[in-house]
Amino acid sequence: MALKLYGLPMSSYTTRVMTCLHEKAVDFEFVPVNLFTCEHKEPPFLAKNPFGLIPVLEDGDLTLFESRAINSYVAHKYKDSGTDLLRLSDIKEAAAVGVWMEVESQQFNPAITPIIYEFFVAPISGKTPDQAIIDASAEKLGKVLDIYEARLSSTKYLAGDSYTLADLHHLPYTFYLMKTPWASLIESRPHVKAWWEDISSRPAFKKVAEGMKFGEE
Amino acid sequence: MAVKLYGIAMSTCTTRVMTCLHEKGVDFEIVPINLSAGEHKQPSFISKNPFGQIPALEDGDLTLFESRAITKYLATKHKDKGTDLLRLDNLKEAALVNVWLEVEAQQFNPPISALVYQRMFSPLFGGTPDEKVIEANAEKLGKVLDVYEERLSKSKYLAGDFYSLADLHHLSYTYYLMKNPEANLINSRPHVKAWWEDISSRPAFRKAAEGMTA
Repeated sequence: MALKLYGLPMSSYTTRVMTCLHEKAVDFEFVPVNLFTCEHKEPPFLAKNPFGLIPVLEDGDLTLFESRAINSYVAHKYKDSGTDLLRLSDIKEAAAVGVWMEVESQQFNPAITPIIYEFFVAPISGKTPDQAIIDASAEKLGKVLDIYEARLSSTKYLAGDSYTLADLHHLPYTFYLMKTPWASLIESRPHVKAWWEDISSRPAFKKVAEGMKFGEE
Repeated sequence: MAVKLYGIAMSTCTTRVMTCLHEKGVDFEIVPINLSAGEHKQPSFISKNPFGQIPALEDGDLTLFESRAITKYLATKHKDKGTDLLRLDNLKEAALVNVWLEVEAQQFNPPISALVYQRMFSPLFGGTPDEKVIEANAEKLGKVLDVYEERLSKSKYLAGDFYSLADLHHLSYTYYLMKNPEANLINSRPHVKAWWEDISSRPAFRKAAEGMTA
């Protein structure tokens, strides 16, 4: 029985999981969730994710949520298929992947999400983007990217010289950032820019990026 | 050579790692970092963690940072020692541990760390608690804990009927929350309260909590 992924093709978290599934060459069935009718807040969906958020992955009788946990599961279960995303056969490499996955989660993500929210999501709810929030977040993100610039001047990818889940997790939000004036945060840092061009040109992500048309009608 | 943990005894993220080390029965040496002297922003520490935050861990020639990555490393390296924190021999159980580890990191941590910062750490640096921030985050945390209440009415711990790293990661910040009026967020939810009393009474945490005197 194929995996079932519940979500939307333009959602950052859903695309994070879809990219991982493609890298591992794992078949899955995509089940759209209608956020506009609040399907994600209704009991049938809440039974899958009590926090009412997409995506959700069903693998037989196992139901998982939180995109980063879903990806860890997929990368573990299918560790011998497709790209080696977790470097599990080397404890030191795997530890470095773990560190940079947490960096994405704890340093990068909180700095980038307010920019994406204000620029893309707020207007949909009829709100004006809050420039003060965007400016503060851009400053924070700049400081994080300074550290990435230094790191990527000594390694090809974040955890070392191999592409891993730590790099993959950055794809969706950075893709959207590149459609805003704050793409300059990436473009102005040569090693970060080269890293971005490399990871965003991988076939697994290009496939997913076709559906990422947030705000473009 | 013993593992070296750079941090301070009252830091939530340092004690998260200390608790894990105790659960696994792994010896370690704590190397205090003088935050008020800005030692964490000096080159000697930045070379261990470029983000200039405690804790950092040295295990031989391996240097790690981000407490949640450090605990996962320790729980993986020492999987056959002490408490089984990641359930790595069972793919489904391990997957559920990961889900609730992410719930702590993405849903629980943002509101509780904002609350604890306002109540405990802002005054230490000469600031006044911001009541608006406290109120907004208490409401957010309450909604998260409603989900926990429902979950813990069906399983003894977050990932299942076994204690795991997912429960452990909640200890340090909740310990400080319980010293403040917002303790009612825990105490008013019977299953969450029972879970808290269980996990906070574990010897590994009690040992780590001795230094939590903020």
